[in-house]
Amino acid sequence: MKVLVLSTLCTALALPAMAQDFSAQLKARQGQFRILAINLGIIGDMAKGEAEYDAEAAQSAADSIVAVSMINQGPLWPQGSSEMDLEGTRAKAEIWDNLPDVLSKWDDLGTQAANLQQVAATGQEALGPALGTLGGTCKACHDEYRAPQN
Amino acid sequence: MLRKLTSLAAIVLVTGGAGLWLTKPRTVASEVYAGLTGDAARGATTFTAAGCASCHYAPDAEGEAKRVLSGGQAFKTEFGTFHAPNISPHPQAGIGDWSLTEFASAVRLGTAPEGHHYYPAFPYSSYIRLEPQQIADLWAHLQTLPESDVPSKPHDLGFPFSIRASLGGWKMLYLSEDWVMDDPATHELARGRELVEALGHCGECHTPRTALGGLDRKRWLDGAANPSGEGEIPGIAPAHLDWSSTDIAYYLETGFTPDFDSAGGHMVAVVDNFAALPAEDRAAVAAYLKALGE
Repeated sequence: MKVLVLSTLCTALALPAMAQDFSAQLKARQGQFRILAINLGIIGDMAKGEAEYDAEAAQSAADSIVAVSMINQGPLWPQGSSEMDLEGTRAKAEIWDNLPDVLSKWDDLGTQAANLQQVAATGQEALGPALGTLGGTCKACHDEYRAPQN
Repeated sequence: MLRKLTSLAAIVLVTGGAGLWLTKPRTVASEVYAGLTGDAARGATTFTAAGCASCHYAPDAEGEAKRVLSGGQAFKTEFGTFHAPNISPHPQAGIGDWSLTEFASAVRLGTAPEGHHYYPAFPYSSYIRLEPQQIADLWAHLQTLPESDVPSKPHDLGFPFSIRASLGGWKMLYLSEDWVMDDPATHELARGRELVEALGHCGECHTPRTALGGLDRKRWLDGAANPSGEGEIPGIAPAHLDWSSTDIAYYLETGFTPDFDSAGGHMVAVVDNFAALPAEDRAAVAAYLKALGE
């Protein structure tokens, strides 16, 4: 009995210090980046000249990128889900120290995605520059807020 | 016993003195630079390829502010924290009152005009492979940048790394003009070699270091621990990187990997610089990396 009480007490005391289970949030935010990467790849291969230009495919890829950029990020990034708190994420704790900056960088992605959506069906030569500026918004955030790979 | 100690002390003094003399900071031959006139436009390209601004602009500088080389960025390493100094043309706070020869001694040999060693956080062990004309061009370009009166911050290093004289020994071991790739077969490979081994100083992060902090050139571009202590820097020699030449050039232009992940950390600054260079330069880097496996 004593052991049981003691172990229950220990569990209760330990709980607040233990990391919360944010595995769903991690999967969701990493999944959205994966959707971005797959669609950027479709357009990128056309921009590089490695795939034949296909206006319809380019347009739907750009539409998907815009769709991801419209996902409200708040619920995906709870306090306590940085790389300091959890395994399996490279999100730096600085994100939560600079939320307005992070959100403005996410907005920049939205702006550039919308630009890509405008030009995607207009011809192969429009893809490269639009993708370049969009890539700039990825780097701008990863520069400060993503930890290096282990 | 006392006599033994005295003779030991004498030996230490003599060898230590000889060591200090042997390892004292070297300077470049001024006659090499006396006749050179720098071309600021060519120097701008060299400046971009060498990534000077990426370390010397103020922390968090954006846009035009990146042309102001006021220094202040902190680089945390296992030896302590280095602070990039002000290298703007300001005569007191920056390097405006230096001569071209002093600048060349700093960039190629890591020697300050005041006669002390610079720490190799400043990648002079790569820049030593620059041609004197390239140094003159770089110097001419630096004069065109805005002045900043922000004072340089001192480094924050623990003992014994705080003793600059010890760097003389380090330089004897690791400061060499030799290239890793001998006799590049084409002009493109020669340019790629210059971009990777000298200007872009890629080896400084992508090559592992010895216990004494020098590059282990036998494991050239094999990947290494991040000097900041955070994670790993990937290997980019052919054994580690199977990207096509197009993939490598495209990454240097856009920051996108072949599976459309994007560059992060310090590589963002590197990609920004390479994106501003001509496409032939990015192709040259790709050709060089591919040729390392041959």
